[in-house]
Amino acid sequence: MDLSFTKEETEFRDEVRSYLAENLPRETSDAVRRGGELTKEMMEEWHAILHRKGWLATIWPKEFGGPGWTPVQKHIFEEECCRAYAPRIVPFGLNMLGPVLIKFGTKEQQDYYLPRILDGTDWWCQGYSEPGAGSDLASLKTRAVRDGDEWVINGQKTWTTLGQHANKIFCLCRTDPDAKKQEGISFILVDLDTPGIEMRPIKLIEGGHEVNEVFFTDVRVPAENLVGEENKGWTIAKYLLTHERTGIAGVGFSMQSLEEVKALARKVKRGGKRLIEDPLFAARIAQAEIDLEAMKITNLRMLFKAQEMGAPGPETSILKIKGTVIHQELKDLARRALGPVAAPFPGYLADGNMMFGPDGSEHNAARYFNNRKTSIFGGSNEIQRNILSKAALEL
Amino acid sequence: MDFNLTEDRQMLSDSLNRFLADKYPVEHRNKVAYDLPCHDPDKWADMAELGALFALAPEDAGGFGGSGFDISVVFEALGRALCPEPVLGATMAARILTKLGADQDALLSGATKYAVALAEVDAPYDPAGMDCEAKPEGEGHALSGRKTSVYGGQVADIFLVAAMLNGTPALFEVQAGDAQVVGYPMMDGGGAAELLLDATKARLLSEDAAAIIQDAVNAGIVALCAEAVGAMDVTHATTVDYLKQRKQFGVPIGKFQVLQHRAVDMLTEIEQSRSITIKAAAELDGPDAARFASMAKNMIGRAARLVAEEAIQMHGGIAMTWEYPVSHYAKRLVMLDAQLGDTDYHLSRIMDDLAA
Repeated sequence: MDLSFTKEETEFRDEVRSYLAENLPRETSDAVRRGGELTKEMMEEWHAILHRKGWLATIWPKEFGGPGWTPVQKHIFEEECCRAYAPRIVPFGLNMLGPVLIKFGTKEQQDYYLPRILDGTDWWCQGYSEPGAGSDLASLKTRAVRDGDEWVINGQKTWTTLGQHANKIFCLCRTDPDAKKQEGISFILVDLDTPGIEMRPIKLIEGGHEVNEVFFTDVRVPAENLVGEENKGWTIAKYLLTHERTGIAGVGFSMQSLEEVKALARKVKRGGKRLIEDPLFAARIAQAEIDLEAMKITNLRMLFKAQEMGAPGPETSILKIKGTVIHQELKDLARRALGPVAAPFPGYLADGNMMFGPDGSEHNAARYFNNRKTSIFGGSNEIQRNILSKAALEL
Repeated sequence: MDFNLTEDRQMLSDSLNRFLADKYPVEHRNKVAYDLPCHDPDKWADMAELGALFALAPEDAGGFGGSGFDISVVFEALGRALCPEPVLGATMAARILTKLGADQDALLSGATKYAVALAEVDAPYDPAGMDCEAKPEGEGHALSGRKTSVYGGQVADIFLVAAMLNGTPALFEVQAGDAQVVGYPMMDGGGAAELLLDATKARLLSEDAAAIIQDAVNAGIVALCAEAVGAMDVTHATTVDYLKQRKQFGVPIGKFQVLQHRAVDMLTEIEQSRSITIKAAAELDGPDAARFASMAKNMIGRAARLVAEEAIQMHGGIAMTWEYPVSHYAKRLVMLDAQLGDTDYHLSRIMDDLAA
């Protein structure tokens, strides 16, 4: 039993830390700190910086351009990125499609697409959910029909995150309507410039534009855009979701949020006293801090297990359930600490001297509402409980 | 980073678990746990033989362990078997004697049983508000006052007693024969005693003992947390098993999603509890030991009560019976919150850190 990093891991952490200090653009980290929306240019610039260092495709094997990190190194990298307020890596090409092509793609697909993901030529988005297929993803209806050398796609995808920046989308489509629902699905790559595609923004609860819906009307794509075997797309979808679960505990983000809550509660006053001296409020902070401290170790334990066993087990669902709940609690505390000052719509008080705190605290109502999403996406917390019930408890 | 037990600790864990499963089954445990002296001398000797007590002190103090993880390995096994033997007192006493550089061979061999008397009726969790007082008398000291909830006190040979000396918490050694000891079994099994001191002869061990007392409490908390983790594991496994066996409305009740999700929530809290216990054990000899012990005890208090109450509820009436083991696990899980500081007390400690 040893909770400390090895000498090599500590050196690696220092290397990451100083690299971030020297190379993360100030303007970008300020934007992350303020919690506002990042521009496409900021995200692309950050990807390019990491790509130059070879640290962009963190979960790809070395021969495909990954850094060859252990799960612990990857964790250290993510933690340091959080600490430095670096933007999250846009995951759709790098952490989702990349591993899928590496595992299921043809040599031609790998040679063509992987370099384009790395150098930023392609920005991928995800065509999974549909209006009638959320938690029950396998009930999806978007149809792909083979017509000579082409697939003809009709249907609708939704919750397509950052689709407004993308030029490509990977889709789950039904290719055999007569098979059992999981068995008639295929994984198909689509160029968003293809005629018949329309992307519409979905305005979210806090007013932000982060997700979209995508309509497909007689969209024709080349037959070779199929990944893996026809009607075997569900296997790929499940494989991709296991990758989506890594880093899902969001420990780094919660640590940021905890510090913010503490800073706010030390600054604002209630009844002439600092809010942090109010026992009701302090008790909630203390409890969240304890839960987070346990979460840090739970996260490391699962990392250790993944490293030992070679793959994350079903227990990672615990990280999703507990990690999101802790983060949401901290977002609620930040919003409450500000009281009415959290209310203004983002943007209206953006002028320097009107801002409340140094860290863009005035966005905390928006952040609170936006973060309700984390217990819903990537398999809702209820779906995670179903997974655990079946896989871990065998109920 | 390594979350595996060392080979030695794994062996100790395996042999203790095996011994307790074979020789201290729940039927025997219930016979011992609820009647004085709440102690089985033969089994105690066997456990000492296996190293359960030697694991509590470092090598230079005559043991072969003494770290947080040694304590947690022993107590996780005790918790799994719901073992009522007075190992908590031995653990805290070993910690104190090690800090004092005192001889503890008789403790580690199991020959002499120690209990640590810290709590008082009006001040159960820490020396603040302690009334028991020491006065110099002859070569030694005389103690007066009442110590409460002295775990293992009903069979202890020697008491390590906290009392105020010149306005400062100090530690004394009191021979059981010199004091009035009123032993009793507890609701959750195992024994304790009230220690009534009336100018009772005592030997001064440490004049300014606040730090030593805190360290012993930290070690005791690691022990209790690990015990709870062991007991929660068994309780949860028993509950999940029951969900698979018990049929109502023509199906195993584990097919009902409302119960599945609750069983998962128990698992989640148990894993979080295991994590915070590992953290507290790892930090036991570090500068923030008290802080992480408080964090662990707070979380364990919440989780253990949840697991106990949910286990009873999900079982239904059967878990309300004395005969069904879950009822005894549930009692232990709920009641250990009140040992060495409960959920609220330790939350307050973390809140104190916040305001600082």
